[in-house]
Amino acid sequence: MIVFDGVEKRFGDHVVLKELSFSVAPGEHVTLIGPSGSGKTTILRLLMTLEKVDAGTISVGGRYLSHIERGGTLVPADEKHSREVRKKIGMVFQQFNLFPNMTVRGNLIEAPTRVLGLSKDEANVRAQDLLDLVGLGEKIDAHPTQLSGGQQQRVAIARALAMRPDVLLLDEVTSALDPELVAGVLKLLRDIGESTDITILCVTHEMGFARDFSDRVMMFDGGRVIEDAPPGKLFTDPDHQRTRDFLQAVLNH
Amino acid sequence: MENLGTFLSVLSEGLPETLTATIGGIALTIVLSLVAGLALLSPSKTVRVISRIYVEGLRGTSEVVQLFWIFFVLPVLVGFQIVPIWAGVLVLGLNHGAYGAEIVRGAVQSVPRAQYEGAIALGLSPAQRMRRVILPQAVVEMLPPFNNLFIQLLKSTAILSFVSVNEITRQAQQVLVPRFNPQAFEIFMLLLVIYLVLSLIITAVMRFLERVAAARVGRRPSAEARRQAAGAGVA
Amino acid sequence: MNVWDWNFAAEILPALLNGLRVTVIATVLGSVIAFALGLVLAVLGRGPRPVRIVVRGLVEFIRSTPLLVQIYFLYFVLPGFGIVLGALTIGVLALGVHYATYTSEVYRAGIEAVPRGQWEAATALSLPRGRVWTGVVLPQAIPRVLPALGNYVISMFKETPLLIGIGVLDIVGQARQVGGENFRYVEAYTLAGLLFLLLSYPAALAVRRLERRRAVR
Repeated sequence: MIVFDGVEKRFGDHVVLKELSFSVAPGEHVTLIGPSGSGKTTILRLLMTLEKVDAGTISVGGRYLSHIERGGTLVPADEKHSREVRKKIGMVFQQFNLFPNMTVRGNLIEAPTRVLGLSKDEANVRAQDLLDLVGLGEKIDAHPTQLSGGQQQRVAIARALAMRPDVLLLDEVTSALDPELVAGVLKLLRDIGESTDITILCVTHEMGFARDFSDRVMMFDGGRVIEDAPPGKLFTDPDHQRTRDFLQAVLNH
Repeated sequence: MENLGTFLSVLSEGLPETLTATIGGIALTIVLSLVAGLALLSPSKTVRVISRIYVEGLRGTSEVVQLFWIFFVLPVLVGFQIVPIWAGVLVLGLNHGAYGAEIVRGAVQSVPRAQYEGAIALGLSPAQRMRRVILPQAVVEMLPPFNNLFIQLLKSTAILSFVSVNEITRQAQQVLVPRFNPQAFEIFMLLLVIYLVLSLIITAVMRFLERVAAARVGRRPSAEARRQAAGAGVA
Repeated sequence: MNVWDWNFAAEILPALLNGLRVTVIATVLGSVIAFALGLVLAVLGRGPRPVRIVVRGLVEFIRSTPLLVQIYFLYFVLPGFGIVLGALTIGVLALGVHYATYTSEVYRAGIEAVPRGQWEAATALSLPRGRVWTGVVLPQAIPRVLPALGNYVISMFKETPLLIGIGVLDIVGQARQVGGENFRYVEAYTLAGLLFLLLSYPAALAVRRLERRRAVR
């Protein structure tokens, strides 16, 4: 579903990702862990085309993300191509990024009506269903600022799902939440993971969640994947000393 | 004081021209501010440079010069004379639009980057992002500086008296002062008070719009909304 | 007849430069009044309640009404009180007073930006009131507001042509005169515009640089 091939990303002189290659199968749930600054979030941002690769290619569902093939060679794609591929990808952000100038309903129907071309009625039905799913059915006409952080994040998840994405990117979605609100959001994500076949790529510091949610866990350090294994293996018997140190540090904190 | 009625009626004969210039000027200012302000943020360098030349050129020269230029020079270049009041609206709009462009640019840039990213992640096109997500939030930031700009514009309408537009300042200076010279104090105080009232009206309208816009982005929730927000914390 | 006549342009340039001299004099003297009076208004604006209300009301009134009308007001009203001044003097006064209402707001913001702790420390040292202002508050407030004051000088420069309303021969007054004598306005007003741009644009760039330097610090 997702293929990274020799991807490199620099910010100025700082190399964030080096020669990165990996792939994710359809329906797979992959969690990226590692110390901050190791490039995990950059991977999600590259997939959402919020950043551009400096070298290498990324493809999603068999199509290049920011390149198109022309006469046998790859050339950078335009905004229109990126937007086309992006329709298949949803993202939930650490800071929710709900639009404050719209109600919850507005946030949920905006893209389905304007990007997917759904009618208002269809989009409204979809919005109501999704809000029921995330347990906020009665908040459809509330304003984002009237909601708690946990509720805002659940609306943001519903907003991403409203686009019926093939791939869902979760970028530290519980990091900005008060501790007592984290469990509810994680439970919701587990339910979504079980009840859909969406491919999910997730960056998180919640190791318990990573453990029972993922099919695979990738440990990042210094812009490289240093270990890639099922959670059962990685959390109990990692191959790398760096992985052991990292897990020790986060589990004991 | 016995002539106050006369003063008021002579001055009010100039009100239609003052109001036309103010409202027309404000309308043109809004349009030019948005167009030039967004052009300043365009990905195309050519568009940015053109807009920058407009903004700096109009801000760098005097409004009176611009008025005389459009009134006396433009007809020589294009071959016809513009009706004075519309020349006035044109100058007021062009001049204040250049200042407004910077307001629009600043307000758009003040919208957090995360909002762009949220809109990109939903697959909205650049135009949709701007129109549906960024501008509605930027408007809240624009309104207070636009209030000041519109009051400046109202004050600038007085210069139209230089090109024989019979607005209220010209009524005072050309009609009243020659007839009632000893009462110049009363005449001009009355004139100043009229401008003050007009500027208070502009401020009142803009304050109202600020409240509406702020409520739309949930900045200053109503009592009901605040109560709901307080209850939401437990969920 | 050509639209643009270089010879005519060269011929009228000295008159325009003469006008520019008047414009610059009016701007400089007007700025001196605006800087000084604005500071007085700002300090009075923090005075006892009745003073504060009167000062703020006056500032609001002057700011909300056209400078041109204020120029006419002084020009036509002062003689009635036995005060007879030249047109340029009236113009300088009007510019200075009008812009003092703007600079007073600038000073006010600068004064409010001085941390409360500075006032408290000065009080704790039992400094006399006057010394608190001149020794502690203003030396911190004024450098901060210099770019904003600079911007108002540039604005004032561009508004001096309003003085043609009372017959002052600034750049625009000269342009109008030489243009009218020859029935050729293209060169006169275009040159007048260019002269403004030539002075105010570099000045605006300089103020922006000053702003950035302050922002970095």
